[in-house]
Amino acid sequence: MAEFTLPKNSKIKKGKTYSAAEGVKNKKTFKVYRWEPDSGENPRVDSYEINLDNCGPMVLDALIYIKNDIDPTLTFRRSCREGICGSCAMNINGTNTLACTKYISDSNGDIPVYPLPHMEVQKDLVPDMTHFYAQYASIKPWIQTQTPPPPDKERLQSKEDREQLDGLYECILCACCSTSCPSYWWNSDRYLGPAILLQAYRWIADSRDENTGERLDDLEDPFKLYRCHTIMNCTNTCPKGLNPAKSIAEIKKLLVSRTI
Amino acid sequence: MNLRTPLANTRGLGSAKQGTEHFWHQRLTAVVLVPLTLWLTTSLFMLNASDHNTILTWINSPPNTVLLLVFIISAFYHGQLGVRVVIEDYIHSEWQKISCLILVNILVVLAGLVSVLAVLKIFLGI
Repeated sequence: MAEFTLPKNSKIKKGKTYSAAEGVKNKKTFKVYRWEPDSGENPRVDSYEINLDNCGPMVLDALIYIKNDIDPTLTFRRSCREGICGSCAMNINGTNTLACTKYISDSNGDIPVYPLPHMEVQKDLVPDMTHFYAQYASIKPWIQTQTPPPPDKERLQSKEDREQLDGLYECILCACCSTSCPSYWWNSDRYLGPAILLQAYRWIADSRDENTGERLDDLEDPFKLYRCHTIMNCTNTCPKGLNPAKSIAEIKKLLVSRTI
Repeated sequence: MNLRTPLANTRGLGSAKQGTEHFWHQRLTAVVLVPLTLWLTTSLFMLNASDHNTILTWINSPPNTVLLLVFIISAFYHGQLGVRVVIEDYIHSEWQKISCLILVNILVVLAGLVSVLAVLKIFLGI
């Protein structure tokens, strides 16, 4: 059966509290999930009270401030700090998003920061993305053709055909959508999840690709595709404003249309 | 110990090449059931406080018999499709899942047959 409670060793305990210096007026508390795999201890939530006057406007700025000035043991991924690499995807104030594009001022009160839900945690805010990337590889995210490319030019695409890729090519594979999806929580061993299905549709919709039928064959499965029950968490949470639920619906429409 | 690569784990047994029929039939039966449910609830509301013979006469009318049979078959089929999804979503032990799916199918067929035969019995006057 699906598990609705955390196992004993995953129950979250209260952690340490780091207060801001006395006299600081512009401050904010971040409640950050901490777990150290080598300690053998349960996860805990540490509270960091930070001086916003010394910190940039984004949640990632606050995390970097904590790591640099308060607690160097805090572990998280980050790279581009401008919403294009997807490294700093995490659950902030109950919603999956990118720490680098999420304003601290968007949240009233304390800000809880957790790793992406229902993923194996490697340490603190770092989830194990191995399975997610393997799922991405499984849909063969590259152009597949039988016709050799023209010898003297690239494969052409009309402007209208190119527009079919808008809303798809922008996906940065941060996994915010997949890890917000209850179907992915319960069945991620077999269900591909919204991010991977959006990427699969990106190649199905590409006018230059010649393997559309095979791609649809590979997706036609009660678990790989049809675990999507149009819950729409994916579309609600996407930090890039994309619509994975629509891509999944388009795949289903194509599968129906080739049978009738 | 699992030493298969992550890609091998993900690809598993490959695609079942099915699921579209289930998806399409669930939508079709849902659309069919909208007007039929409205018709049935309105009819039952109008028949409220009628005596036994009036209700038998209502069921006996050929259009009502046909619509009732379509309603029963669509509702049980739609229910079976829906419950199957819930079982596949939440029950992860293989033997429990397969047992539940078989049990639900048997129950749906039995309950559906009883309902259809009840309507036919009235219609045929047996």
